[in-house]
Amino acid sequence: MPSIAKPLVPRAPLPRNALGLTVRDYEGPMSTLCAGCGHDSTTAALVQALWQSSIEPHRVVKLSGIGCSSKTPTYFLRGAHGFNSVHGRMVPIATGANAANRDLLYLGISGDGDALSIGLGHLCHGIRRNVRLVHLIENNGVYGLTKGQFSPGADRGSASPRGERNDLSPIDPMLLGLSLGATFLARGFSADKVHLVPLLEAAFAHRGFALIDVISPCVQFNNHVGSTKSYAATRAREVQVTDLLAPIAPAAGPPLAGTVPDGGVLDVPMAGGGELRFRSVPPGYDPTDRTSVAVHLAEHAGRGEVPTGLLFVDESVPDVHERHRSTQQPLNDVPFEQLCPGAGTLDAIQAAYR
Amino acid sequence: MEPTGVPDAAYYQRVVDCQWACPAHTDVPEYVRLVGQGRYGEAYLVNRATNVFPGILGRTCDRPCEPACRRGRVDEEPVAICRLKRVAADLRGDVSDRLPKAPRVPNGKRVAAVGCGPASLAVANDLLPLGYAVTIFEGATEPGGLMRSSIPAFRLPLEVLDAETAAVVDMGAEVRYGQPVASLARLLEAGYDAVFVGSGAPRGKDLDVPGRHEGDADAHVHVSLDWLASVAFRHTTAIGRRVLVIGVGNTAMDCCRTARRIGGTEVTVVARRPRAFFRASPWELQDAMEEGIGLLTERAPRRFVVEHGHLVGVELDELEWDERAEHSRVVGSTFLPADDVVLAIGQENAFPWIERDLGIDFGGADLPVVDAVTMSSTRPGVFFGGDAAFGPQNIVWAVAHGHEAAISIDLHCRDLPVTTRPSLQGSLVSQRLSLSQWSYANDFNPVGRQETPRVALERRFAELGVEVELDLTAEQVAREIQRCLNCDVQTQFRASRCVECDACVDICPVGGLTITEDGPEAAVRARLTVPPAGGAEPFYVSEPLPQTRRIMVKDEDLCVHCGLCAERCPTAAWDMAKLVLVQPRAGAIGRAVTVG
Ligand SMILES: Cc1cc2nc3c(=O)[nH]c(=O)nc-3n(C[C@H](O)[C@H](O)[C@H](O)COP(=O)(O)OP(=O)(O)OC[C@H]3O[C@@H](n4cnc5c(N)ncnc54)[C@H](O)[C@@H]3O)c2cc1C
Ligand SMILES: Cc1ncc(C[n+]2csc(CCOP(=O)(O)OP(=O)(O)O)c2C)c(N)n1
Ligand code: SF4
Ligand code: SF4
Ligand code: SF4
Ligand SMILES: [Mg+2]
Repeated sequence: MPSIAKPLVPRAPLPRNALGLTVRDYEGPMSTLCAGCGHDSTTAALVQALWQSSIEPHRVVKLSGIGCSSKTPTYFLRGAHGFNSVHGRMVPIATGANAANRDLLYLGISGDGDALSIGLGHLCHGIRRNVRLVHLIENNGVYGLTKGQFSPGADRGSASPRGERNDLSPIDPMLLGLSLGATFLARGFSADKVHLVPLLEAAFAHRGFALIDVISPCVQFNNHVGSTKSYAATRAREVQVTDLLAPIAPAAGPPLAGTVPDGGVLDVPMAGGGELRFRSVPPGYDPTDRTSVAVHLAEHAGRGEVPTGLLFVDESVPDVHERHRSTQQPLNDVPFEQLCPGAGTLDAIQAAYR
Repeated sequence: MEPTGVPDAAYYQRVVDCQWACPAHTDVPEYVRLVGQGRYGEAYLVNRATNVFPGILGRTCDRPCEPACRRGRVDEEPVAICRLKRVAADLRGDVSDRLPKAPRVPNGKRVAAVGCGPASLAVANDLLPLGYAVTIFEGATEPGGLMRSSIPAFRLPLEVLDAETAAVVDMGAEVRYGQPVASLARLLEAGYDAVFVGSGAPRGKDLDVPGRHEGDADAHVHVSLDWLASVAFRHTTAIGRRVLVIGVGNTAMDCCRTARRIGGTEVTVVARRPRAFFRASPWELQDAMEEGIGLLTERAPRRFVVEHGHLVGVELDELEWDERAEHSRVVGSTFLPADDVVLAIGQENAFPWIERDLGIDFGGADLPVVDAVTMSSTRPGVFFGGDAAFGPQNIVWAVAHGHEAAISIDLHCRDLPVTTRPSLQGSLVSQRLSLSQWSYANDFNPVGRQETPRVALERRFAELGVEVELDLTAEQVAREIQRCLNCDVQTQFRASRCVECDACVDICPVGGLTITEDGPEAAVRARLTVPPAGGAEPFYVSEPLPQTRRIMVKDEDLCVHCGLCAERCPTAAWDMAKLVLVQPRAGAIGRAVTVG
C-alpha cells in the first residue's frame, strides 16, 4: 500500500478533453496491488483511453468478479457505477444490468482465473449472446490473489517460482472466442500502452461483446525466469499482428471491409459510425475473416508466440437488445404503469394463451 | 541521447534549487525538516555551518534562494526559507557547546583582516578552529560592519547581531577596535602570513547639484551610510518633520523608515524611474508603503533651494521615460518643501589607505582586481572579500567570499597553490525505511505560503529598535515546513534493475517520467509524457534499459520528490536518497567523490 495518495500538484494546467475533464478526473483511489503489478498499468491505460474517448464517468458501469484483477475497478473512474460480483459471475451481472439499461458503457474487468476457470461458462454465453460489454481479461497465468497457483491462462511448461511445471494445456481466450462467434477479439500487453490504449478505445465503440486479453504480469508470483508470462518473456514472445491507428477515424470513402490489403491500411466501419483504421496489417491477414484469423492465431500459438493487436472484428452482428428488439429506453425511464401494468394486464395475457 | 551516466554530486546539487542558488550553499531542505521536527538547535547549526549568521540572515538576507525555490514553480509562492531560518535561530536554545572552537595549541600562523564586517568574520570563523591567530583591525568600536551601522535595528535587533558576531570573535579573534588601517604597506610590514581585506564599500554617494553646500544645506542634507551609522550609534536622534529621501533602492527604504521613526512625519521617497523599475526588494518597498511613506516617481533633483541661508526644499525635474526606462527627457519641474534631505543614491568603494605600488592592481571603479574563485588579489598573500572585492553586494555573498578566502589563506600559509582547492564532496543515502515508508514527509501539501506577522503600526514608531517582523507562529511553521518539497531527497535510478513495467511512469503525479525509444534529443523531448517547461534543471537520461533498449528519461524540473516512483517500483530500480553535500572548507584536503 503506497504511503500517500497520488497528489494533485497544481503545476502547468493539464489538457482537457471534449467534456472539459483532465486525465486526473478519470483516476480513482490508490491501488493496493503489489508495486509493479501489470494490472495497475492496465488501469492506467483504461484511464487514458476513457479520457481520450471523452466518456462521461457517470455513463460507465464497472463490473468485476474476484481476484487481484477484479479489484482494479476500484482504482479508476471514481465517478462511475460499479458492481463487484462473486467469483466468476461478472458476465451474468453485466448481462442483467445491460438488459435494464442499454445506454451505459459496461466495462468488465476479470482475471484469467475469474474468467477462464470458475466463470468460463458465463463468458462463453456472454460472447454468444453478444452482450454489449467490454470484457478485459487481465491475464497473468496465475491466481494472483490466492498466492500464485497456475490458472487456465498458464502455458504448458511454464514454471512456478519453485520450479514446478504446468502440464495442463492453456485456454486461449482468442481462439475460444473465435469458435463461439465472438465479434471483437483483441490482445494487448499492460506495459505497452501505445498499442493497448487504441484497442480499448476501439472496444468502447464496438457494437457487441468486446473481449480483450491483456497480458498483465504478476510481479509477485509469475515474473521469474521460467515463467512464460513475465515482462521479459512476454516481450520476447509478442508478435504485433495488427496495429491500430488512432482508433475511430471519421468515415473516409467507401468501406474497405473484407478486402485484404498488402501490409497497408485497412478501414473497418463501426456500427455506431466512424471507422477503425488499421495500419501494417500483414499480407494475408484479414481481421474480418474468422477462418483465416483462426488459422493465423493457431500458427502463432504453435510457434510459442503471442500475437497482439485487434485480431478479429465483425460489426455486422446485432447485440442482444437488437436481436430481442427490447425497449430502447432504459427501464428506469419507462413509466411505472407501463413497466408494471398490473394484475389485470397479466390476466389478459394469460387468458390469450388459454 | 547520451546517457547522463551515473550522476554525481555536481548533477544532483543542481536539483536542490535553493541550495544551488544560495551563495553559501545552505542546506535548506535539511534545516526545514529539522525545524519541522522541533530540532531548532540542529537546524541552527546546519545553517551556521554554511552561512555563519543564521539569526541575522533569517531577518535580512536578500534570499536569492527563494526565487529559485521549486515550490515557486508549483504554486507560484516559494517556501518562506528565510523566515524559517529565523525560527531556527530564535528557538535554538543554548548551542554554545556545539559551536566550533579554537584548538589549545595554535598553528603558529598569523593572519590580519581589515574590517570587522561579515566577510572578515567569516574568514575568522573558518581559520580560528584551525589554530590560526587572527587579528582584525576595525575603525569602528564594535563588530558587524554595515550590519551594525547601516541595517536599522527595527530590521535587525542588536541582541541578534551581538550574539552572532560574538560567537566568532569569542573563539579567540583579536579585534583592534577604533584602529582604522591607514596604510596597507605598514600592515604588510608587520609580517602577517596573510592579509584579508574586508573593508566593505563604506562610502555613500553624494549629489553635486546647485545649492548642495549653500547656507545650512550641509547640516540638513545627509548621505545615507554616514547618516544611518550616526543614527545607529545614537549620534543623531532626530530629523525634521518633512523629509525627502532621494533614491529608491534598499538603502533608501532603510533611510525613509528610519526618518519616520525619529521625527519625520511626512517622509517622501523620490525616484527617477517608474515603479516597475525599482531596485528595492518588493517586501522592503511594501513595508515602507505600509508605514505611510510617500512616493514620487519620475523625478530627479535639479537643485537644493536655500532661502535666507536655510534649506527650504528641493526643485525636481519631471522626467518622461521611454518604454524600457532607458532614456528620459525633462518635461517640467516641481518644488518640494523639505526640512531635511537624505541621499540614498548608491554606495562606493574607497581604498585611500591602499598604496598603489604594492603589486595590488586596481581596475575600473577603483576596485581591486580579484580572482572570483580564490579571492586573491594580484599580490600573493593579500585576499579580498565582501563588498571590498567586487563592489556592494550583500551579507550572504560576503560570507561566501569569506569561506573561499579562508581556503586560499590556509593553502597560502601551507605553501600550497591557492588554485588546487578542496572540492565539493557528496554522498547519497537511501531514505527508505520500509517498502512504502520514508524518513521524510513525502506527501504534497497544497497549503499556501504563510505571511510573516508584523507588529502593529502604532507600536513600530514608539522606539527606533522595535523589530517590525515577528516570528511565524507555531501553526504557521507547521504549515510552512510542509511546503518544502525535499529537493535534496533525490530520485536515484539503476537502469539494470528496470523491468519496464511502467508503474513509475503511471504513478508520477507530474508526468515527469518517460520510457521511450532512444533517438536524437529533439525527438526524445517531443515524446515526453509532459512537454518540458524549459527550466534550468538537468534532464536525467538512463543507459538503455535491459529488456527493450529503450531509455528512462526524467525531467528534474517537474519532480516534487514525492517518492511514489520508488514506492511503486517492483525492483527498487528507483530509490529516494538524500544528497549529503560537504562544502569545501579551509583545512579540508578534499577531492570530488562520485555518488551513484
Ligand atoms: C542601508 C543598507 C542596508 C543593507 N541591508 C542589507 C540587508 O538587508 N541584507 C543584506 O544581505 N545586505 C544588506 N546590505 C549590504 C550588506 O550590509 C553588505 O553587503 C555587507 O555588510 C558587506 O560586508 P563586508 O564584510 O564586505 O563589509 P562591511 O559590512 O561594510 O564591513 C566593513 C568594515 O570594515 C571597516 N573598515 C573599512 N575600512 C577600514 C579600514 N581602513 N580599517 C579598518 N576598518 C575598516 C568598516 O568600519 C566596517 O566595519 C545593506 C547595506 C546598506 C548600506
Ligand atoms: C467461489 C470462489 N472460489 C474460489 C475463490 C478463491 N479465489 C479468489 S481469487 C481466485 C483466483 C483469481 O485469479 P485471477 O482471476 O486470475 O485473478 P488475479 O488475482 O490473478 O488477477 C480464487 C480462486 C473465491 N474467492 N470464490
Ligand atoms: S499478487 Fe500478482 S496479480 Fe496480485 S497484485 Fe500482486 S502482482 Fe498483481
Ligand atoms: S519523486 Fe518520482 S513520482 Fe514523485 S514527482 Fe519525482 S519522479 Fe515523479
Ligand atoms: S517501476 Fe521500476 S521496474 Fe517499473 S518501469 Fe519504473 S523503474 Fe522500471
Ligand atoms: Mg490471474
